[in-house]
Amino acid sequence: MAVKVIIPTPLRPYTSKKESVELQAATVSEALASLTTLFGELKKHLYSDDGKLRSFVNVYVNDEDIRYLRGDQTPLREGDILSIVPSIAGGTQN
Amino acid sequence: MATNTRISNLPESANANATLSKEEVMRYSRHLIMPEVGMDGQLKLKQAKVLCIGTGGLGAPLGLYLAAAGVGRIGLVDFDSVDLTNLQRQILFGTSDIGRPKIEAAADRLRYLNPDIQIDQFETRLTSENALDILKNYDMVVDGTDNFPTRYLVNDACVILGKSNVYGSIFRFEGQITIFGAPGGPCYRCLYPEPPPPGLVPSCAEGGVLGVLPGIVGAIQAAETLKLIIGKGEPLIGRLLLFDALAMRFRELKLRKNPECPVCGEHPTITKLIDYAEFCGVRGEEAANPAQNTVPEIAPRELKARLDRGDDLFVLDVREPHEYQICNLGGHLIPLGELSRRVHELDSSREIVAHCRSGKRSAEAVEFLRSAGFRKVLNLKGGILAWSDEVDASVPKY
Ligand SMILES: [Zn+2]
Repeated sequence: MAVKVIIPTPLRPYTSKKESVELQAATVSEALASLTTLFGELKKHLYSDDGKLRSFVNVYVNDEDIRYLRGDQTPLREGDILSIVPSIAGGTQN
Repeated sequence: MATNTRISNLPESANANATLSKEEVMRYSRHLIMPEVGMDGQLKLKQAKVLCIGTGGLGAPLGLYLAAAGVGRIGLVDFDSVDLTNLQRQILFGTSDIGRPKIEAAADRLRYLNPDIQIDQFETRLTSENALDILKNYDMVVDGTDNFPTRYLVNDACVILGKSNVYGSIFRFEGQITIFGAPGGPCYRCLYPEPPPPGLVPSCAEGGVLGVLPGIVGAIQAAETLKLIIGKGEPLIGRLLLFDALAMRFRELKLRKNPECPVCGEHPTITKLIDYAEFCGVRGEEAANPAQNTVPEIAPRELKARLDRGDDLFVLDVREPHEYQICNLGGHLIPLGELSRRVHELDSSREIVAHCRSGKRSAEAVEFLRSAGFRKVLNLKGGILAWSDEVDASVPKY
């Protein structure tokens, strides 16, 4: 299945500044695996050491959160859009 | 689509005793002639009490539009002072405000815009100790501080008090906007149960922001606040609006209330305010940057002396190319993100001094290089900022 993954601004430094990546995948898990194979440095930003998707990163298939679908086993259809949406904070820490 | 569901804990209609003066009728006439606002909506605005946390980039358009729209009571919370770097986006302030407390400059500006409304000033940092006391007197809250500890604090306080929280966040060219804490709606922890550990996601001081972006996002927050008050339209509840100014594109994602949410779920585990600095891992600089305190360092003056002496030192700049253009120390440029695959450009037999803007990224670089077998690597303490302060004042700070 050809799908498009939209990369958020804070993660673009790890995807050679690419805003989106087209790839072949049948599930969310496959899509993220091939994404982190393409861009190795992305891995630690998406997954914690125990291999789970980090809790400040959400993944959407089209407009739905995968936590309310079938998680990373959510099947993908041709033309689906995957969005990686991390929490962002532009302000100063104080 | 008009909606009749209750979307906030505000009165269904304006207080029967409230009225507008002749001058107020004139001031708000462009609202009054719209049926969606009308006299009833304008009176609701007049009786509304909104707390704005932060008077910076997001707080500026927010405060200005709420004041202009006639929101009767606006609370402002800020403890900071205006500095030169603020003026690129914080449009409540002018050059003559530099050095003034933001809260004073902001309140003056809003009173100048609309002398009929009440402005409450809280010159303080919002904390677990004072948040409930400050928030409880307002109908709803708009968080314009855009940092993780305040965001979780405001979220939890709003859930505990049952108040809506109009949320906005920005990074470089991108914004996120939604409403948390509305009756039946999700909260921030439903979306993100935990903050990122410090250092994993770049902060804005590091990442930068297009000046107009907080203007757009703050103006959307203002629009949602006004809609909540007058009870019209489709509020951004359960919908996360994403804005990309570079592509000039809006997208919308579904936000669901998480039944297992630790604060608003069916069995909440957080029922009172906690220590948010600790929760977000930002207790002091040391906690935020462990590498910065453990790697070997060299002070700017010492580096200068050794360079002047003609010591064989290799200066490695790990910032981005666009930062190098602002100012540089003539070092060899390898951005931190490229260091692992360009490490062959470095000679491990030479002594290397790594630097960045503030010393944070270069500490990571030094740590990485040491783990890669480089023995003689030092971090320039305080980065280019300290170099400018201590060695060469002609180097601009940014
Ligand atoms: Zn929640």
